[in-house]
Amino acid sequence: MDKRDSMRSNGDGDSGSVQIAGVKEDRLSWMGALHASYRSRMHKMSAAVAVTQIALLVLFVGLWEAAGRNKWIDPLLFSYPSKMADQLWRTMTDGSIWPHVGMTVGETVAGFALGMLLGTSMAAALWWFPFLSRVFDPYLVVLNSMPKVALGPIFIVALGPGFISIVAVTMSVTVIITTLNIYNRFREIDAGFIKVVRLFGASRGQLFRLVILPASFPVIISTLKVNVGLAWVGVIVGEFLVAKLGLGYLIIYGFQVFNFTLVLSSLVVIAAVATVMYQLVAMLERKLTAGWRER
Amino acid sequence: MAIAPVLELQQLSHVYVNAKGASLALEQLDLRVERGEFVSLVGPSGCGKTTVLSLMAGLFPPTVGNVLLDGEAVAGPSSKVGYMLQQDFLFPWRTIRDNAAVGLEISGRKTPRTMEIVDELLAELGLPDSGQRYPHELSGGMRQRVALARTLATEPEVLLLDEPFSALDLHIKLQLEDLVHETLTRRGKTAVLVTHDLAEAAAMSDRVIVLGRNPGRIKCEVVIDEELRALSPMAARKLPSFQATFERLWAELDAVDDEGGSYNG
Repeated sequence: MDKRDSMRSNGDGDSGSVQIAGVKEDRLSWMGALHASYRSRMHKMSAAVAVTQIALLVLFVGLWEAAGRNKWIDPLLFSYPSKMADQLWRTMTDGSIWPHVGMTVGETVAGFALGMLLGTSMAAALWWFPFLSRVFDPYLVVLNSMPKVALGPIFIVALGPGFISIVAVTMSVTVIITTLNIYNRFREIDAGFIKVVRLFGASRGQLFRLVILPASFPVIISTLKVNVGLAWVGVIVGEFLVAKLGLGYLIIYGFQVFNFTLVLSSLVVIAAVATVMYQLVAMLERKLTAGWRER
Repeated sequence: MAIAPVLELQQLSHVYVNAKGASLALEQLDLRVERGEFVSLVGPSGCGKTTVLSLMAGLFPPTVGNVLLDGEAVAGPSSKVGYMLQQDFLFPWRTIRDNAAVGLEISGRKTPRTMEIVDELLAELGLPDSGQRYPHELSGGMRQRVALARTLATEPEVLLLDEPFSALDLHIKLQLEDLVHETLTRRGKTAVLVTHDLAEAAAMSDRVIVLGRNPGRIKCEVVIDEELRALSPMAARKLPSFQATFERLWAELDAVDDEGGSYNG
């Protein structure tokens, strides 16, 4: 009833004419119909997208399967989906894959979290001490353009072959770009927001806690998302170099013994776990930025 | 007047220094603002209006001279002075209520009691049920009202208004001028308004200071008629003497614009 009343007054203002009850009802149902047709159009669009996505996947897997079975491609090199599924199922049921998955996920999460924490802390230090940021600017630029995985051998020599050095490689891949991204965001924050708290006599710590950090959450989250991918690069390369356990080790081992089913099925596991990690970050994003958005 | 001024500028000069050189923004400003008075600063762009407000707020120290608040030199931002910016700069990640309370939080005075005052203040400014909403859900005029609540929540004695109405639509702007004027009068606050809108200055103020530029200095002072002062800005705009005051300010500002002055830089 309320809604209709407000609509009537809006309509009066627009047309400036006297309203007849029947006309008003017509308009209401007309607008309702417009909305319904808009919703059904959007609905159809989403359905079409989902159908196309599934069709593409089925087509790809089906073609691959057919090509492998009929020897259009060399099944020794390219394997095919049912062989991979068989391999995965076997190693999952006999339990032999889980230590590899556990090891790699542990390394990735540890390297990812350390890179993020260290990168954010370094960004905070650079923001807090402008002198430091001037001093370190050229070094950061050089470090950022250097391929960090190339440091792998040095970590292995220094930290020993194993978990620690792989975490170190992973961290080194993410930490510099994290520092630069977040520090740049810290510096870009609108001077007006800073002025607001400075006018209330805020200390530098309060300024950081009340403005700089919360205003940077969106950038921190998007850096996290990019880092999920980067961390996997670090872990897999690290495992290529040194590991005796892990999905990267399985890939390099499968390559050496010419078992490409093992290589490709390990890749499938990596894709699945990486997707789960990405979704966890997306959940964190919704939690941190609940309610607000940039204007 | 026998009463000590609440705000006083003594021989105030300010030089901005950067990599390109130094420029004289203000030279030898003297100004006394009495308690409860509403003073406006008008002048051409580059006359140092905002510099004067920043110095009054204690954002940075003047190069030469003193800013006295209640007879004491201003050393930094304090809760005795409230400042309203041209844009609201509400934090998008905070609710309206938390935005309005940010000053209390910084000065360590955020308690259930003071939060009640914040709620009352929001209601008084016409935002009774908006406390839990976020800034992007509000219109420009409502957001600027929240900014006013944020400024008033810390109970400042002096309000510095840095063109707070200039980014609003005319209709909203006139309403908000009335609201601010009424709120400050009721609370007996002292206010200094910086504006480039002469009509706004004439409608709201007790006294208008016209500044000249290169360097920024006081050119003249226009005391507004008693009859205009007594009325709300909206009502004052309708009186014939308002037009006369406006034209007088206009003439003063034109005269200011004609003078070049020496450029230091």
